[in-house]
Amino acid sequence: MPLPDRPIVALGEQRRGFGGVVAGLRFESTPKAGGVSNAELERRLLEMGFVEGARVEILHEGLIGRDPIAVRLDDMRVAMRRREACCVLIRPGARP
Amino acid sequence: MTVSLVARAPAHVDTKAPLRVALVGNPNSGKTAMFNALTGARQKVANYAGVTVERKEGRLIAPDGAPVVVVDLPGTYSLRARSPDEVVTRDAVLGRLEGEVPPDAVICVADATNLRLVLRLALELRSVGRPVVLALNMIDIAERQGLAIDQAALSAALGMPVVATVATRRRGMEALVAAARAAAASSGGAGDRWTEPSASDLRDLHHGAERILKATVRPPKRPDTWSGRLDGVLLHPVAGLVILLALLFVMFQAVFIGAKPIMDLISGGFAALSAGVAHVLPPGILRSLICDGIIAGVGSVLVFLPQIMILFLFIILLEDAGYMARAAFLMDKLMGGAGLHGRAFIPLLSSFACAIPAIMATRVIDQKRDRFTTIMVAPLMTCSARIPVYTLIISAFVPQRTLLGVISLQGLVFFGLYAAGIVSALLVAVVMRKVFWRGASEPFLMELPAYKMPDAVNVARGVIQRGQIFLRRAGTIILSMMVLVWFLSTVPGPPLGATRAAIDYSFAGMIGHAIEPVMAPVGFSWQMAVALIPGMAAREVAVGALATVYAVSGESAANLGANLAHHWSLASALAFLAWYVFAPQCASTLGVVKRETNSWRWPIILFAYMAALAYGSAFIVYQTAVALGAG
Repeated sequence: MPLPDRPIVALGEQRRGFGGVVAGLRFESTPKAGGVSNAELERRLLEMGFVEGARVEILHEGLIGRDPIAVRLDDMRVAMRRREACCVLIRPGARP
Repeated sequence: MTVSLVARAPAHVDTKAPLRVALVGNPNSGKTAMFNALTGARQKVANYAGVTVERKEGRLIAPDGAPVVVVDLPGTYSLRARSPDEVVTRDAVLGRLEGEVPPDAVICVADATNLRLVLRLALELRSVGRPVVLALNMIDIAERQGLAIDQAALSAALGMPVVATVATRRRGMEALVAAARAAAASSGGAGDRWTEPSASDLRDLHHGAERILKATVRPPKRPDTWSGRLDGVLLHPVAGLVILLALLFVMFQAVFIGAKPIMDLISGGFAALSAGVAHVLPPGILRSLICDGIIAGVGSVLVFLPQIMILFLFIILLEDAGYMARAAFLMDKLMGGAGLHGRAFIPLLSSFACAIPAIMATRVIDQKRDRFTTIMVAPLMTCSARIPVYTLIISAFVPQRTLLGVISLQGLVFFGLYAAGIVSALLVAVVMRKVFWRGASEPFLMELPAYKMPDAVNVARGVIQRGQIFLRRAGTIILSMMVLVWFLSTVPGPPLGATRAAIDYSFAGMIGHAIEPVMAPVGFSWQMAVALIPGMAAREVAVGALATVYAVSGESAANLGANLAHHWSLASALAFLAWYVFAPQCASTLGVVKRETNSWRWPIILFAYMAALAYGSAFIVYQTAVALGAG
């Protein structure tokens, strides 16, 4: 089980090598992530597999501003901008 | 094991309508390879009515002689459509697509090594109430990795037949077709229970898929470590960019230089054909129409074909190998600054060779907004057809001097013209986003598929298909534009005893003279205005047109540059260069934009904004130069 005492953090603010388990999705009241609504972005993240309990690890970062990031998401790899990754909350630590 | 392509005794042939099967699956699931394996060469590629989504349909004959129609639907993660492609997939599966017969069965194509997301799609497809068969594709790779799938348990859990396949080797195709036919025949008609899933529905479906995955699939003993190791280099912030640039350099060289001999051969062949015809036919309007209109027009379409085929060879290879998503990752930040998608990079780069293959290559961009923005700015990149015009004017007007001992002034101007194209493309992209899409930018969220060795047959088929699409769709419209430009430049012919160039008496000449007052503020003489009209056929034609206008005006045509230097002021020459950076001087580009956007709206917007930019920049350059004493 993930360590319950570790604080929950946003995936978009983490560095390469960070790993953890998806704890939930969070959205600002005003949509930050471009032209789609929060509800739409939530469903897109879910469809890509960012579902509570999924294991995430940041594998690569872009050159400029360390953006975008490439993450391992369970057994696949996903590229995303940090803006969208900030909506994904992570409980740090490895799953057993 | 292959599907028999030979019908057996005609008595067995089903006289009813053929069974219709639709292929649905995640992107990168090998769906196109599956479609190729099922249908072979019997494919038709067209567009769905009213949208620019490609419609791919093929036929096969089952072993008992019954015909089966297979439709390859755009890849999707969910039936909840987010792009025009995905709308087609959803509506086709639901049987709501106008003018399309609903499928009798759906084949859900799954990458056996990456099942999580496709199992959720399979569960969603089940609620549509149509018979569904799950194809566990790339089962050979799964077996090599030691990934064990309990197919019977999976079939029971999903409530649909499961067939293991290897599309690239045509393994399991017969069993797949049989399963689809059996499923279609035994359809009890569960009815359509599909509604657009909410976030909590998606979570439930995902957890359902996870449970099935856990119960029926044993994780690989030897997981693919190659993709991770390759990514370590190819996605490296510095090394990755260097490799991408090197790859693009090779691609650009191949498109630009590799295609040259074939292009020369084609244009040479058409010139010879034209000369041959001219030899046979008497001089007159008919000979002019056939030689200068039709043969030259067909030649000007065909001449693009080598570039298009080479460009698409690279694009399809990179796409099938799984690299395209990495290129988009590496370029996303740079492109994103202008509101463009990472995937827009390759089309825009191709545009340095020619905007036509570039606009066709924007099909790699899924989102309509991103794609249309890219189409609209691609013609601003300095294509190879501008080079003859730039070379002519620069060598005639810019002195051969070096700055700081090493930098050639002529080279600097050349570079400046290229830079002006790139900077304006990025600025226009920003403006487009503000004006048309109200600042919206799509989220960048993209699967990085495992690297795979591209399959030669599938790549070849893809490249040939692109060539056919270009010839059929773009060819017709480009040809008709060419004939129109010929007509304007030729009719009416010069009167007997004409003293001026023939073109001066034609409609193009009349238009040139008519727009001369409009062009005066940008420093264009009537000769320059006239040369712009045939220049619409292709930018480099303007060079020949200038030669014609001045040569037959009684001047020596030996050195056009010297002639221009004699006739034009430096201010006019600079204005002409500024004009050519932006001007929509290419009927073919407008034609292909019409085809790719499926509306006249976008080519009209393209023409209007490029003409406005051209006029505005030429005006500023001319007036500034005159003020500085270069008039």
